[in-house]
Amino acid sequence: MSLELKNVEKKVGQDTYIYTTNLKFEKNTINILLGSTLAGKTTLMQIMAGLDKPTSGEIWFDDQNVTGTKVQNRNVSMVYQQFINYPNFTVYENISSPLKIAGVNSEEIKERVGKVAELLKLSDMLNKKPMELSGGQQQRTALARALVKDSDLILLDEPLANLDFKLREELREELPKLFENRDCIVVYATTEPSDALLIGGNTVTLNEGRVVQYGKTLDVYTKPNSLESAQVFSDPPMNFADVKKTGSTISFSDNSVKWETKSKLKDGSYTIGVRPHNITTYKEGSSVEINAKILISELSGSESLIHFTNGELNWVSLSSGTYQMKVGDSAKLFMNTDELLYFDESKRLVSNV
Amino acid sequence: MSKITLENLSHSYLKTQNIDADWALRNINIDWKDGGAYALLGPSGCGKTTLLNIISGLLTPTKGKVLFNDEDVTDKNPVERNIAQIFQFPVIYDTMTVYDNLAFPLKNRGISETEIKSKVEEMAEMLELTSTLHNRASGLTADGKQKISLGRGLVRSDVNVIMFDEPLTVIDPHLKWVLRSKLKELHQRISRTMIYVTHDQTEALTFADQVVVMHEGQIVQTGTPVELFEKPKHTFVGHFIGSPGMNILPCKIQNGKAMVNGNVIETENDFKNKNFTKTEIGVRPEFIKFDSSGLPVKINKVSNTGRYNVVDTECEGGKLKILSPVTSKIPSGSAFVKFDKKRTFAYGDSWIIE
Repeated sequence: MSLELKNVEKKVGQDTYIYTTNLKFEKNTINILLGSTLAGKTTLMQIMAGLDKPTSGEIWFDDQNVTGTKVQNRNVSMVYQQFINYPNFTVYENISSPLKIAGVNSEEIKERVGKVAELLKLSDMLNKKPMELSGGQQQRTALARALVKDSDLILLDEPLANLDFKLREELREELPKLFENRDCIVVYATTEPSDALLIGGNTVTLNEGRVVQYGKTLDVYTKPNSLESAQVFSDPPMNFADVKKTGSTISFSDNSVKWETKSKLKDGSYTIGVRPHNITTYKEGSSVEINAKILISELSGSESLIHFTNGELNWVSLSSGTYQMKVGDSAKLFMNTDELLYFDESKRLVSNV
Repeated sequence: MSKITLENLSHSYLKTQNIDADWALRNINIDWKDGGAYALLGPSGCGKTTLLNIISGLLTPTKGKVLFNDEDVTDKNPVERNIAQIFQFPVIYDTMTVYDNLAFPLKNRGISETEIKSKVEEMAEMLELTSTLHNRASGLTADGKQKISLGRGLVRSDVNVIMFDEPLTVIDPHLKWVLRSKLKELHQRISRTMIYVTHDQTEALTFADQVVVMHEGQIVQTGTPVELFEKPKHTFVGHFIGSPGMNILPCKIQNGKAMVNGNVIETENDFKNKNFTKTEIGVRPEFIKFDSSGLPVKINKVSNTGRYNVVDTECEGGKLKILSPVTSKIPSGSAFVKFDKKRTFAYGDSWIIE
C-alpha cells in the first residue's frame, strides 16, 4: 500500500498554492506535514483526500491513478482542528455512523465501536451527546469515527490544536499507539515542531507551498537540508550568524567570536545555525564564549530562556536550571561548537558538526 | 494602576449549592501587588475564566469581595472598574488604519491630538508596527492584528489592570515567541498590573513572576515558576506543570517511611501523627537517574526528542517517565533507578505532607 503524489501542482487564479510536489508515503507509516499557517498543509491534505483536485499532476494509490476519484469513492478518513461530530447523535451513534453507511451488520458494529471506544477511553460516554463532553473527549469521538472504518488513508489536520496543553500532550502520546497495528497510511499536519518530535515517523517540512525536505523525523531535525528546513523545524527559533572560515579558524563576520575547527569545509563564507539549547550559561562540549547583552530572561520551571544581543545578532539561549539575569546586563554565554549547522551561500546544509 | 485583592471569593452558577462540585469557584484569596505580572493557569473548566470575569466586573460573585487599592469594587460595572482586556481572537476595526485603531481608546477619553499622537507612536514603536501605522488594519496578518489588540490594551495609562485571556492561542509557534517576549519587555517598561490567563504552562511560567494554579474551582498553589517546578504542593501542580509532568506512584507510609512495593523511597517529608486515605510519591522525570541499585524498573520505550530522551519505564508501583540527556547511555531491558531525595515528595490525599 502506498500513496504517491506525482508532480502535483495547485493554482488558484494567479496564485500558486502548491508548487510541483513529489511525495510517496508507504503503508504503516505516520507522516507529519510540518509548516506554519499558509504553508500549504491543508491544501495538500485535501488533494490527498480527493476533496480538491490538483491543477496538474497525479495522485496514485497503490497502482491506481485516483486523481479524479471523489472522496466518497476512496477509503479515507479525516479529522479536523475543529471538533466535528453530529450534535444530535450520541457518542455511540457518532462513532458507528460510517459503518452504518457502509451497511455493516449491527453485531459487527457493536463489536467494532466497543473496541475503538475502549482504545480512546470513551467506553463510559457512549450514551452521551457531544455537547456533554469536554473538548478532549469530543476530539476523541471524532478520532474514533475516523479509526472505526479501517481506512487506507487517515488524514489528521492539526487535530490537537484546539485542545488544552496537557490534553494535547496526552493524546499526542497515544496517537502513534492507535495506528500501530493498522494497515493504513497516516498523514498528520501541524505547526508545532514538538508534535513532530514526539510522534516520530517521517516528517515533511513545508514552506510557502513548497516541500523543503522529507525524511525520518529525527534525521530532518538533526540534518535539515537547508536553512529553510531548519527554520521550520525549530522551536524555540534557531539562531543564525554569518561566519568566515580561514584555515582551521572560524570567526563571526565581525570577529567578535572565534573558534578552532577540524572541519574539512573549504575556506569561505557560511551561515551557522545554532539551536537555543546549544548556547548555555555553562560550558558543554567544545565551547566558545559569547558576550551577551541581556534583553529578557524567562524561566520555564526547570529551564531558563535568555534573549540577548551580540552586535547585530538577536539570539535566544536555553539553559537547564534556573538563571535570573537583569535586563541590560552583560553576561558570558557559551556556544557548543560541536553542535553547529553550516549552510553555504545558497543556504544549503554543508556540514552538521 | 492598582493592587488587587480577592477576599473569600466563591461563585456558583446554580441557585442552590449542596456539594463542592456545585461551585465554579471555591474560597479564593489572592493579593496581587501593584505593577506585578501574574498568571492564572489551569485546564478548561478549572474556573479561571469565571475568576477573570469577576475581576473585570462581568460577573458578580456569589460570595466574597473584589478590592482595587483596598476599595471595594464588587458591585461596580466593568466601565467603572477601568480595565483593559485582550481576548483570544483579535478585536480590531478592520476599516480603520492601524493608527486609528490604537488611538481609539484614547479618543474616547477626550485626550488631546498631540498627546494621542505621541502615545500611539510610542506604542507602535514598541510593537514594531511603525511601518504599517497608516495601512488599513484589515490587510494585516493574524499576529499583526493581535499586536493591535495588545497595543490598544496597553496604550492607556489610566487603567487599573490589563487582563489577557489566552492572547496567543491563534498565533503560530514562531510568532508566539516573538509576541511573548514583546509582552514581557513591555511589562518591564511600563510596569502595570497584568493578569495573564492561559492553559499553556510555558506561556504562564515565562510571563509571570507569580503563577496561580487552579484546579476544579480552587487555587492549588501560588508561587514563582521555580517553586511550582521544584516543590509542587499538590499532585495536580506536579502533573500540570512540566512536560512530561511529575510521576505519581501510590505508596504506603510505614514506620515513618514511604514505601513503593516494599522499596523505601527517601523523602524529607515529616509523617508523624498524620493519617490519610490515599498516599502517593511524586517525582519529576528530571530528578530520576539510572543507577547500579535502587528501585527496579523495566524499560519500555525510549523516544529521542532532539534535546533529550524520554524513557518510558515501569516499576511495580506503576509507570515512570525519566528524562535523560541524549548524550547519556540508557540501559536496555531491566535497570535500577534512584530518585533525588530533595526533589521527591510524599502526598497525602493529593496535598504535600509537611
